[in-house]
Amino acid sequence: MSLNANDKEVVKAFWAKVSGKADAIGGDALGRMVTVYPQTKTYFAHWKDLRPGSAPLMKHGKTVMGGVADAVTKIDDLTGGLLTLSELHAFTLRVDPANFKILAHNILVVMAIMYPNDFTPEVHVSLDKFLAALARALAEKYR
Amino acid sequence: MVEWTEQERSIINGIFANLDYEDVGAKALCRCLIVYPWTQRYFGAFGNLYNAEAIKTNPNIAAHGVKILHGLDRAVKNMDNIKATYAELSVLHSEKLHVDPDNFKLLSDCLTIVIAARLGSSFTPETQAAWQKFLAVVVSALGRQYH
Repeated sequence: MSLNANDKEVVKAFWAKVSGKADAIGGDALGRMVTVYPQTKTYFAHWKDLRPGSAPLMKHGKTVMGGVADAVTKIDDLTGGLLTLSELHAFTLRVDPANFKILAHNILVVMAIMYPNDFTPEVHVSLDKFLAALARALAEKYR
Repeated sequence: MVEWTEQERSIINGIFANLDYEDVGAKALCRCLIVYPWTQRYFGAFGNLYNAEAIKTNPNIAAHGVKILHGLDRAVKNMDNIKATYAELSVLHSEKLHVDPDNFKLLSDCLTIVIAARLGSSFTPETQAAWQKFLAVVVSALGRQYH
């Protein structure tokens, strides 16, 4: 299920539309993730306030979406382009890769809320494939 | 047995009380067939599913999406006993329809996306949590009688 030319065009076009709100998207997605999937809070035990909209969550959402933005620019070679990020997640953060899927789902939910008319099924499928490819690239160095 | 808070019950009942079944049901099934094309395997007799446009304008798919959504009504009315309520439906999906139960989660994710788009910012994280918990219980009940 690799990205075809159409997927890449769709992702780049949609990202151009939404990138202005990337920080808010990231913050909202993380807030939903820790609320709907409480087990994900285990990675953030070092933060006191994990309520949706809290400062550490919003700041981290910005960091995460920065990574997604970077991935869009490297869409033709995600594995190569995200090598350093993969090493970070594999050796330092050690986030179980199952959580990438969970966060991806919540990013898609936020897209549906913020862009109900633009987030068509056609955009949805390409973005879903892109986030899955991103997750695979992030998990590359795990073992 | 699944424990529901008063708030969760209120959220679920609230969503279904104001639900546009014709719109949401059709959109959810269409989205599922487009985003997860392998799910089309169950709809060979439904006519043209050749591309996204065909799927979106296919009246059989739209009607079936509405039917599926109404299928959730009984779960809403019997939230304390969804497993028993859906025992027969589970057997149907296993023995007659031969649906891989993994597909239930795919459709439920698409339904979540469509509901989120409709409710907008009122689909808060808490609302999403209650909604997804409800769908998870439904999905589990539907897969329960498979053997």
